Amino acid sequence: MHEASAAEAIVKMTSAEAMARKAGRVSRISLVVGEATGYMRESLEFYVAASAKGTVAEGAALDVRYVKPLLSCPACGIEFERLRFSFDCPACGTQGIMTKAGSEFYIDFIELA
Amino acid sequence: MRVELKRAVYEENDALAGEINRGLRERGIFTVNVLGSPGAGKTSLITRLAERLAPDALSVIEGDVASDIDTRALRALGIDAFQIETGGDCHLNAPMIKAILGRMRLSDGSWLFIENIGNLICPAEFVIGEDLKIVVASAAEGSDKPYKYPTAFSRSAACVLTKGDLAQAVGFDEGFFMAGLASVAPNAPVFPVNGRTGAGADALALWLREARDALTARSAAADHGRA
Ligand SMILES: Nc1nc2c(ncn2[C@@H]2O[C@H](COP(=O)(O)OP(=O)(O)OP(=O)(O)O)[C@@H](O)[C@H]2O)c(=O)[nH]1
Ligand SMILES: [Mg+2]
Ligand SMILES: [Zn+2]
Repeated sequence: MHEASAAEAIVKMTSAEAMARKAGRVSRISLVVGEATGYMRESLEFYVAASAKGTVAEGAALDVRYVKPLLSCPACGIEFERLRFSFDCPACGTQGIMTKAGSEFYIDFIELA
Repeated sequence: MRVELKRAVYEENDALAGEINRGLRERGIFTVNVLGSPGAGKTSLITRLAERLAPDALSVIEGDVASDIDTRALRALGIDAFQIETGGDCHLNAPMIKAILGRMRLSDGSWLFIENIGNLICPAEFVIGEDLKIVVASAAEGSDKPYKYPTAFSRSAACVLTKGDLAQAVGFDEGFFMAGLASVAPNAPVFPVNGRTGAGADALALWLREARDALTARSAAADHGRA
């Protein structure tokens, strides 16, 4: 269900944009998704396709670009990807702090035809 | 034709949440969005807080996929509670809160607690008009929750750890939990609270009062700046 409401919002925003620009249809939707949000590509594809039925976004290609969550090390300052159950800095072992990277969820661009 | 949108998927929800929050703020109502897994102790915690924030007026919005068991339990205790049944949706959103607020009569200067759907994933993604989120985690769920659901913890201003009385029985590793929390929510204080006895809830009630007073002072300063 998580992806269903997201898909509805995506279809609503992109078709409104197509209408405002007097385009015939939305041919591509490109999303940026932080991996910490847990949105699955397959689910997004499924729900966007379902929500888009009968709208100008019907049949639009969906690109999903994932962004890895990054932690920053308070000791040596580097940013790094986390390991499974550890937040420790690979360089110095200090425990890292979560950054904003990895929590993105936005429509980057769309293509209209 | 390519159009650079660069727009948040939930911008409409977020804008409405901002509007709801401004309306509540103007009336001095402090709103807390309570996140946590099913059975973590959210309703128990709200009950324990209601006892401690009295005599201030306090209302509760209960979000559930189905059933109004929690709402009826709170009402039986004399707590002003309202039910949102999402009928399958895994989180509350701003339009749901706007709709139910139209049916509630909140007093100025009161507390509003919103118990979100039991789930550590989707509710974390949505602002619904709150001043802050708190996340309730129980020892019984295991100590790996901050690692598995970082967003729920990182977006919360405080973490409440319930069921500490069961920690030994379930092998809860407090050090591991705290280390995970320190990474994802370095500024969030942790309050151990027993949801049944209320032990530990005084400190959380005090922290909430301080958070409310600090926000009131900030808004007053901002109003003064504008005037
Ligand atoms: N032993 C123990 N039990 C607790 C504690 N806090 C809550 N409980 C019990 O845990 C169960 C679930 O508590 P609730 O407060 O209903 O949890 P909830 O998060 O509101 O649950 P849902 O709304 O169903 O997601 C109840 O039986 C509570 O009595 C605690 O600190 N220790
Ligand atoms: Mg409950
Ligand atoms: Zn380091």
